[in-house]
Amino acid sequence: MFKKILIANRGEIALRVIRTCREMGIKTVAVYSKADADSLHVRFADEAVCIGPNASADSYLKIPNIIAAAEITNADAIHPGYGFLSENSKFSKICQENGIKFIGALPEQIDGMGDKASAKKTMREAGVPCIPGSEGILGSLDEAISVAKEIGYPVIMKATAGGGGKGMRRCDNEKELRTAWDSARKEAKAAFGNDGMYMEKFIVEPRHIEIQIAGDQHGKACHLSERDCSVQRRHQKLVEETPSPFMTKELRKKMGDAAIKATKAVKYEGVGTVEFLVDKDRNFYFMEMNTRIQVEHTITEEVINYDLIKEQIKIAAGIPISGKNYEPVGHAIQCRINAEDPLNDFRPSPGKITEYHEPGGHGIRIDTHVYAGYVIPPFYDSMISKLITVAQTREEAITKMERALSEYIIEGVKTTIPFHEKLMKHPQFRDGKITTKFLEEWDYKKELES
Amino acid sequence: MDLSQIQSLIKFVSKSGVNEVELETKDFKINIKTTKGADPATQVVMPAQGYLPPQPAAPAPAPAAPAPAPAPEAAKGGDDKKGSDADDSKYITIKSPMIGTFYRSSSPDADAFVSVGDEIAPGKVICIIEAMKLFNEIEAEVSGKIVKVLADDASPVEYDQPLFLVDPS
Repeated sequence: MFKKILIANRGEIALRVIRTCREMGIKTVAVYSKADADSLHVRFADEAVCIGPNASADSYLKIPNIIAAAEITNADAIHPGYGFLSENSKFSKICQENGIKFIGALPEQIDGMGDKASAKKTMREAGVPCIPGSEGILGSLDEAISVAKEIGYPVIMKATAGGGGKGMRRCDNEKELRTAWDSARKEAKAAFGNDGMYMEKFIVEPRHIEIQIAGDQHGKACHLSERDCSVQRRHQKLVEETPSPFMTKELRKKMGDAAIKATKAVKYEGVGTVEFLVDKDRNFYFMEMNTRIQVEHTITEEVINYDLIKEQIKIAAGIPISGKNYEPVGHAIQCRINAEDPLNDFRPSPGKITEYHEPGGHGIRIDTHVYAGYVIPPFYDSMISKLITVAQTREEAITKMERALSEYIIEGVKTTIPFHEKLMKHPQFRDGKITTKFLEEWDYKKELES
Repeated sequence: MDLSQIQSLIKFVSKSGVNEVELETKDFKINIKTTKGADPATQVVMPAQGYLPPQPAAPAPAPAAPAPAPAPEAAKGGDDKKGSDADDSKYITIKSPMIGTFYRSSSPDADAFVSVGDEIAPGKVICIIEAMKLFNEIEAEVSGKIVKVLADDASPVEYDQPLFLVDPS
């Protein structure tokens, strides 16, 4: 087992990893930028080293800084958290070359899944259902038109190097496709330096349902059931829950089996997530695979009662998994609390938290790095807390969330707490009839202002 | 003395109403001063280590808050204890531009790039900081005379850690 783990991250996930390491008797090293000197993860770690100035590019994303920090503290493993370098194959490789265990996927697995077009090809070959679409990158507008005719409109054009919604165009007919061909490629070139496009059938009003998986170094793989992450704004998740209100035992078995196929196809090592889109007829299609721990790993932990960070560390240390699959017991919901102003287009609201008081009681879990007096720096993402409720039924979990949100006091900055309070009361959410289109159609601003 | 022991000592001094406490052992020396009503100012001297955060000129943070530094290992005997605040305010502190291992010379047998008393000018190589087997020559950005060397040869240093005290006059 590792003696000392360096956490190459910040905020709540750094604290999360430190907590599990403490329980496992593993020493921890926190790294921090100048702006994060007063952050909780710095205080809770056994050791902390400053690795650079405020900008992520010069600190948390700078590979030599992280490796140097591991060298001078004699860390034998690095946990990359999520975001930052967690899916950077170069970093995974450099850790290997420097004799430091990267607690995450192998470089070739990250590369294989990072390139969206090639990931789909691998999945298709493994027998995992994929969204009907082009075979790899489209060579010309004519090819695009003929593929669209074959799979049927509506279609969506996507950038192969893309993410975050850039270089994406929905096309409902050939005329729109002709226009989109040039504009999408231009946008992709500007955002990613790569204008390669591929095409997929556009799934109307899909649900985003992902399957948590784990694979060990000895070829075993298992799944830990699903999370429904359909409440999204501009492709960013805001609320996650498990089990999915749309799930059935049969669908879980099919999706779980498909996710295990995907895991084994790349001999995946570690914990990861296979994301699917599910249409109204419960057909599911592979979207992408995330080769890291996710923000919403928390709700899975609450319904299967396992510490997923601990599993990650054990797998990285070569300990085999049982191979058993896990189904959820009870219901868990997570609301991501961001320092953003929901009345002003969710504009980030950094600054000093003047008052802070957490909800508590039965079935409440909070993963956060903030405290009263903490200054939220403007250089990083705006998520400040994850509020999770667990109960025996979905209704009870929602009721608990309403109660917890009403108790949660964060003053000095704007937060999305009022937004979540309105969401929990929304009849469509309470009925479990949420697709990824939901937030586009809901005029929450009007509700918040009333 | 480890970091948690220092924290306890600071708390104790703060609560006791005592104005100044100085503790010296053969390994290190610690001096804690309180000004009426303010939080205690602390000077901790662990001279052989490279893990010190920049010394605060103003009163240190509240007793309960630990400085963001790794738990210091046992210190060896010191000889470059920091001077009093009054003198240091006119000096410039050259801080480390990166995290890594600090070397005073280009190789173990070579002379140090700079020593106390040497004159420096912008562009002069004053030390090497090594990270990932790459040896980065660090150049001075100011002119003046080296007054003190604040980090030990071949010791780990973090970003912004004080390396040299320079008299710019």
